[in-house]
Amino acid sequence: MSESDSDSVSREVAQRVFAAEFNDASYTFKESDDDRAPVYLLLPTGERANRVFVVGTLTETEDVGEDDEYWRGRIVDPTGTFFVYAGQYQPEAASTLRDLEPPAYVAVVGKPRTYETDEGDVNVSVRPESITEVDAATRDQWVVETADRTLDRIDAVDDAGNEYARMASEEYGDDAAAYTETVIEGLESLESTDELDGGEGPDQSEGDGNAVPDPEAQP
Amino acid sequence: MTELRTHAAEIAEQFSDHVDVTEDEVETKLQQLVEEYQVPLDEATRSVRNSYLDAAGLERDDISGGDSERVVVNEIEQDEQWVDLRVKLVELWDPRSDSISQVGLLGDESGTIKFVAFETSELEQLEEGQCYELSNVVTDEYEGDYSVKLNRTTTITEIDEAIEVGDNSETIEGALVDVQSGSGLIKRCPEEGCTRVLQNGRCAEHGEVDGEFDLRIKAVIDDGVATHDVIFNREATAELTGIELEEAKQLAKDALDTSVVADEMRTDILGRYYSVTGPSVGQYLLADEFEQQTGSVDAESVLVKARSI
Repeated sequence: MSESDSDSVSREVAQRVFAAEFNDASYTFKESDDDRAPVYLLLPTGERANRVFVVGTLTETEDVGEDDEYWRGRIVDPTGTFFVYAGQYQPEAASTLRDLEPPAYVAVVGKPRTYETDEGDVNVSVRPESITEVDAATRDQWVVETADRTLDRIDAVDDAGNEYARMASEEYGDDAAAYTETVIEGLESLESTDELDGGEGPDQSEGDGNAVPDPEAQP
Repeated sequence: MTELRTHAAEIAEQFSDHVDVTEDEVETKLQQLVEEYQVPLDEATRSVRNSYLDAAGLERDDISGGDSERVVVNEIEQDEQWVDLRVKLVELWDPRSDSISQVGLLGDESGTIKFVAFETSELEQLEEGQCYELSNVVTDEYEGDYSVKLNRTTTITEIDEAIEVGDNSETIEGALVDVQSGSGLIKRCPEEGCTRVLQNGRCAEHGEVDGEFDLRIKAVIDDGVATHDVIFNREATAELTGIELEEAKQLAKDALDTSVVADEMRTDILGRYYSVTGPSVGQYLLADEFEQQTGSVDAESVLVKARSI
C-alpha cells in the first residue's frame, strides 16, 4: 500500500464510515504545507478521510440558499444522519437533490467538510461529488461493508505505527472501541428492516427509460 | 564464462547502484581468495560481498540476494527484485535501440510480462514459442508497469514443457464511485491501426479526422481500501448500462450533445457495487466479466466479528 501512497496523483480512497462516527469527527489536517494538499478529516477510529462513500435514505431536501440555490439533504443510516450540501459548484448533485422525491435510497460520493457554529461546536457535512438513487440491496451492502471496514479500523488501533490512531486518541480520547456498539447497531438494523423491503415501490423498477425521473416526460 | 566470473558479475551487478565497482575488480578479489588462499568459492563470494557491504554502509537485506526467488509473473510488483521464472517466450518485438539484444513478452500460467536483454550481457538468443527456466533476472518498474531485465548473471535453461500462458486476469470488488471524462459516446480515429480517442475531433497522431463513434466507460471502483481504474469496452458498456451504440447516437442527436450519454450512464451505475474480472493493462483493468452485487453480503459473520471484540 505504501507504493500507492507515495504516488502523488493517486486517487483518494472513499472511506466507509457510519453517521454516528462521522459526526463525532471534528479535527481536520493536511499532510503538507502545499496550498493544494488534500485536507483530511480525522475519523475517531483512527483513519484519515479525504473522501467518503455513503449510502442511506434521503429523508428531506431543502433549498437553504439565500440568493443562489443551495440544497441541503438529510441522509439517514442506521446510526444517525449525514448532512450533504450542494450549490452552484456541485451543479449535478444540486439538481439531483432538487429532483429527488424523498424518501429514496441514495449513494453519495463526496468530501468531508467542517464548519464551526456560533457556539463554537464543529459540525461535519458532506460536499457531494455525485448523488445517485440506488436500491435497498445496495444500501444493505453498504451497511455491512461499512461495519466491516469500521471493525478493521478498530482492530488496527493498537498496531505499531498507526499514526492516525495515535492522532485520534490525542484529539478525541481513547474511545475507538466504543464504535463497536455503532457497528452492532448498524448490523442489527438490517434484520429488522428486511421484511419491509418488499414494499419499496419505486426501487423495483429498473433497466428501461421509465426509471429515469424526467419531469418533461410526464403528461 | 567461468564459474568465478559468474559470481563476480553477480556481485558487481548487486552493488552497481551503491558503489563504484567493476566485474574485473571483483574477479581479482575472488581470484586472490580462491587461488592464493585456497578459500572455497562459496566462502570467497560471501567474504567479498561482505566487504562491499561494509564499504557501502549497507545491511545484507538492502541488496538483492544471490538467492533469487521463483515467482510467477503476475506476482511481480516490486522494483529491483531478483527472481527466477519458468516461462514461455510468447513473442519477440523489434528492439528500438542498438543496446537491446532482445525484447518481447514472456508468459506463464499467471499472465505475461515484458522482458529486455541487453547486448552487453552477451546472452544466448531466445526463440519464440520455446519454454525456459530463467534464473537471476531483475524486475523493473516504469509508471506502474513491471518488466524483467535479463543480465550477465542470468542463466537460461531450455525446458521441454508446454507452459499454458494466462491472461493476467484479476477480480476486484467494490463500489463504482466515479465515471471519468472520456466515457459514454466517444469518437475514435479511423486511421488503420490507430484507435485513439479524439479530443475535439482531433487525433493526437493524425490531426483532424472524421471519427467513428464508439462506447466506453472509464470508471473507478473503490473498496474502501484501494481504488481501481476499470475500462468497459463497447460490449461491456452496453451490458452494464443497457444502452447500445445506436441508442446512444440517437440520444446524442436528440440533445445535440454527446455528453448526455455519459450523464445517463452515470445515473445508472454510480454508487452501485460491482465485481469485475479481466486482464490488467497498465493502470487499467479491462472488464471482461462483471456482475452487480446485490445483497450477497454476509451480515451475520460481520456481526459475529463485532461481538467478539
